[in-house]
Formats: sequence, structure tokens, C-alpha cells
Amino acid sequence: MATVELERLVKRYGPIEAVRAIDLTIADGEFVALVGPSGCGKSTTLRMIAGLEEISSGAVRIGGEVVNDLPPRSRNISMVFQSYALYPHMSVRENLGFSLKVAKRPQAEIDRRVAEASDILHLNELLDRRPSQLSGGQRQRVAMGRAIVRKPEVFLFDEPLSNLDAKLRTQMRTEIKLLHARVPSTVVYVTHDQVEAMTLADRIVIMRDGLIEQVGTPDEVFRRPATRFVGAFIGSPTMNIVDADIVDGRIVFPNGDWLPVPDRFVGARLGNRCGLGIRPDDVYPTGHGLPSAAGSQVVEREAIVSVIEPLGNETLVFASYGGHDWVARMLNPSPLEPGRPIAMSFDLAKAHLFSTDHGRAIEPTGG
Amino acid sequence: MKSLRLGTPFLLLLPAIVVLLATVALPLALSFYSSLTPFKLTRPETLWVFVGARNYVNAFTDPVFWAAFGRTVLLLTVALNLEMLLGLGLALLMERVTRGQRLLRTLMMFPMMFSPILVGFQFKFMFNDNVGLINNALQSLGITDAAIPWLINGTLAFIAIVTAEVWSSTPVFAILILAGLLAMPREPIEAAKVDGCTPWQSFRYVTWPFIMPFAYIAMTIRSLDVGRAYDIVKIMTDGGPARRTELIWTLVARTAYSDARMGAANAMAYASIALSIVFTVYFFRKLAAARTQIAAEW
Repeated sequence: MATVELERLVKRYGPIEAVRAIDLTIADGEFVALVGPSGCGKSTTLRMIAGLEEISSGAVRIGGEVVNDLPPRSRNISMVFQSYALYPHMSVRENLGFSLKVAKRPQAEIDRRVAEASDILHLNELLDRRPSQLSGGQRQRVAMGRAIVRKPEVFLFDEPLSNLDAKLRTQMRTEIKLLHARVPSTVVYVTHDQVEAMTLADRIVIMRDGLIEQVGTPDEVFRRPATRFVGAFIGSPTMNIVDADIVDGRIVFPNGDWLPVPDRFVGARLGNRCGLGIRPDDVYPTGHGLPSAAGSQVVEREAIVSVIEPLGNETLVFASYGGHDWVARMLNPSPLEPGRPIAMSFDLAKAHLFSTDHGRAIEPTGG
Repeated sequence: MKSLRLGTPFLLLLPAIVVLLATVALPLALSFYSSLTPFKLTRPETLWVFVGARNYVNAFTDPVFWAAFGRTVLLLTVALNLEMLLGLGLALLMERVTRGQRLLRTLMMFPMMFSPILVGFQFKFMFNDNVGLINNALQSLGITDAAIPWLINGTLAFIAIVTAEVWSSTPVFAILILAGLLAMPREPIEAAKVDGCTPWQSFRYVTWPFIMPFAYIAMTIRSLDVGRAYDIVKIMTDGGPARRTELIWTLVARTAYSDARMGAANAMAYASIALSIVFTVYFFRKLAAARTQIAAEW
């Protein structure tokens, strides 16, 4: 195990900066997820840590040592690729033992460590097959097995689950979590799926356009998004964010409807326009929300139901207020009809306000 | 009516059957038959004298034939291996080129654009012991005073022929192997780097298995080419001096057209075709095995 530090790390492709001077410190044994939309620089960052991509400027340190000029083989890392990148001409056994074979380890040790890895990942039945004879999930497990056989300082995962179907992805997600518990290790995990990032990581790094938007625990990035982008990116369904004017302590929507400025923002410097963000959990048809916790500030408004998406245990209700379709999560579903007005509760104690200038979250004054 | 309906498929295929019979089956049968006669072009009536396998027995007991046969196999082995190594090297270098690769690819294929006859003439000139470029260069550089008898000494002449052959056909290997390199997925190589491979190990264990099928395709094509080698040798040495560079096909051509012994020549030609078939089958087996190994989907 080792720490990983990125210092003013830059990747340039010609005039384009794919990664723009990011700083990040990953602790020994920590599981960190890099998450963001495609093109945000997360994979490039991972590949720079791996040594597969040259570093334009800045430094990567593994275990305190600068590795900028070391080839991948000298960095003591393992990587699991999106496409698995198994060696098609080798059996599963040979794939698993390959890194030890090229390191010229004795055969007995190779056999022992391959057996260990295949026990952990339930690959024993498959050891003599070729990758082409395996299913997607099995290939994925072989790829992970190949990574753990090496006993590296750092594990790097590059969107390892994105080629699997939804059911298998959930299953493998759990397996990765169990694996990390069994094989303590420093992990850098790249994904575009915020659910994967939230469920797996100790800390999440949200990236956009080559910059880090926020670093925090899953709970922090969910409850206190630092920017409007993070607010919209984390959480499912997506946070409702509506631009509105601030007039006399009111948040006024373009059509004249309004909500009061949440109590905890009274006195904050709001300017005269901001983005109001409320998660679908915090807006609900009155009487169908979460049991209201202490310190809630519920405001009721009449909204027009537009679409209903029943999910069984809960129902997503899209209802129009202030010229915007709000997504609301309705617990204990009851029949609703599109086009009918209903009473909607907005829990403003959980609302977020974002600056319309630079998208940063506005600091609350209290509450 | 019924017989006509049965005949329709046959009638529709008839033009193709006629063409195939006239251009392939008939000449093949005729040439095979003539290999069983003492047929001489100057005495047409000999076509009707049946001598059984005598031409084959003669050829297979003739040291001149076996020398030519052996030399052809040697040329195949030496030229193919050299072309393979050089072509592989060229392809690996070419794959690294980031700018102007298309232009370089075209340049690389230049030797393939010349007729082998002209290549033969050019190399005959270059290897000429008096006015040739090679001796001239060697002497100017002070490496030797003597005029090296390139095309006169048997071994040197063979080397000269191999050089011409390799120069003109290395691009076949280079271009096919380059195609293989460009087609192979990048991730396994990256995985190998991360797995601790040195550049040589990544090549040996990952890249090479991927491009092996392409190398075998080039081998197959080139083994047929070299198996029928005639033009370059005809021009450079004409099988000489004193048959020291005689190959199967220069021998066949000499027997057929200089000596007019068509029957005997046909017998030798069939032996050569058997050789080519053996090589082709061998390389195709290798190709199939290599493809299965990397689970190729093509």
C-alpha cells in the first residue's frame, strides 16, 4: 500500500489542456473515485498515474517518490481496464500468472498466488479456459484477479464495470467492495457513474473540464455540493435547479410564482439572482414525503401534475410550479392524475443556493 | 419436360463449365499427359509415345534437378526469413511514425512497383564486377582492392540474387505486418506494460502473437512467389555460371524451350508445384493455429 499524490498535474494535447493543474492527495489504503462526465480528464489523470500517458507538467508521487519518469512496470501498480484487456492467447491461469512470469518468480510461487487470487474471485472452474470462452462478468473477474496477483502498491480501475449489463454491474460493484475489504489497498477508481462512485469510495473526486470541482466523502458531496455542477451530477434523480430572481427576501420565478428565501440563507450575500436547488427527496406531494426531521422548513404550494413515473416502492412525480417541472419523490404512492393541481411541500431547510455568476454554492448563514 | 427441368441448373452453369474446362482442366490434363511422354517440341509425333513415369524417374535420379530443387528450397528459406525480419523491423518503426506515415508507407512500397525483370537488370548492373556500384563503393572506401566476382562465384551470385529478391519484396512483409500492428487492440499492450513487461517482453508475449497471423499470410504469398522464382535469376545469372544458381524454374524453362524437351520439363514442373503446395499447406496450418490462438474474429 502507498499514498498517491498529484501536484499541479497537467496534461496537454497540443493547445488543449485535458487536465489543468490538479492537486490531490490519496491516503494509504484509501478508496478514491474519480467521477465526471466524459471528457472531464478523469481517465487521463488515471493513465498519468499508471504511466501510460506522459505528464505535461506537475508531478505524480507514489509512496512519496516522484514517478514521472518511471515506466509503468517500475511503478508497482495494477490496472483494470474498461475492455478488460485480457491476453486472448493465454488461458485464464496464464493471464493471472503473467505478471509473475515476466518478473521471473519461481513457478511454485506463481501457482500459489494464482490459486489465492482464483479462490478470492471464484475462478477455479475457469482456470484452463481462454478469455474468448468467458462471459463479460467472468472476464471482469479475471481482469481483477490479474490485478491482485501482483500485490501492487496501488490499484487503478478505469471504468471497469461500464461494459457490463445493469444487473451484473450491481453484483460486481458489491464484489469490488468486498474485495477491497479483504485485500486492503490504495485504490483509484475512475467511473462516470455517480452511483458506483458513491457506493464504493471513501472519498469522491468530481471532475469537470480538466479541473476538480469538489473532493469529499459521499455524504459531503451529496449534502454540501460545492458547485451547481456537483449538485446536478450527484444524486438520482437529478437535483431540481431553477434560476430565479431575489426580490425582497423572496425567490421569484420568471412567471411571478415565488418561494421565500430559506431561513438559513437570510442575511447571506445572495445578489439579485441565483439558482435554487432542491433534491427530489425534499419536494413532495404534501403528506407523502419522508417523515419530516427536526429543523425542516416546509412551504406548501399548489402545483400541476404533468408526468407520473411509478417505481413500485415509490413514485416520481413531475409537477409544474413557477414555470418549472419539479421532480418529486412520493413515498406511499397514491393515485394522481396528470393535469390536476396538487399541494406540493418544498422543504427549504434542505435547499441549496448557487451563484449564477460562477456556479459556486452560496454559504448559508445558519441552520 | 421433366428432363429439361432437371437440366436447367446444368444448362445455366454450362458457360462457366465450358470456360473452366477449356482454360484449366484441358491444359492441366494435357500437360500432365505430356509429362508421361518423351514429347519434344521439334518432333510433335513424340507426343503419342507413352513412356509412363520415365520422365519423373529421370528427374528424380538427376543430380542437376535435385541441386536446382535444393537451391530453390534454400532461396525460399533464406529470402523469406530475411524478408520477415526486415519487414517486421520496418513495420515496427513505421508504426511509431506519427507524422507523414501515409507518405512513408507509399515510399516503402516503391520496390514493389518495379517489374522483377527491371530489378534483375538493376542489380545485375550494381553487382557487375567491373562497372558495378557495389565493387566501386567497396574499392573507393578502401575496403578491398580486388574486384569481387559477385555474379561469377556461385555463393556470391546466390547472395546477390537473395539481395535483389529481399530488396524487391520486403515491403510485402512490412505492409502486412504493419496492417496487423495497426489492427491490434491497444489495451493488451498497455496491460502488459502495467503488468511489468519490458518493451522486449511486451513484444514477445503480446504483440508478436497478435501479428503472427499477418506474418503467415505474407509467408504464404511470398513462398508461392519465390517457389516460382524465375525472372530475377534469369536476368542476373541465367542460372549460371555453370548452373551454380540454377533454380527449378530456370531449369524447367531451359529444358522446355532451349532443349525443347517439353515432356521432361512438365515432369519437373509438377515436382515444383508439389513443393509449392507443401509450403502453402504448411503456412496455412500455421496461420489457422495462430488465428485460433488470438481468438481472431476475422
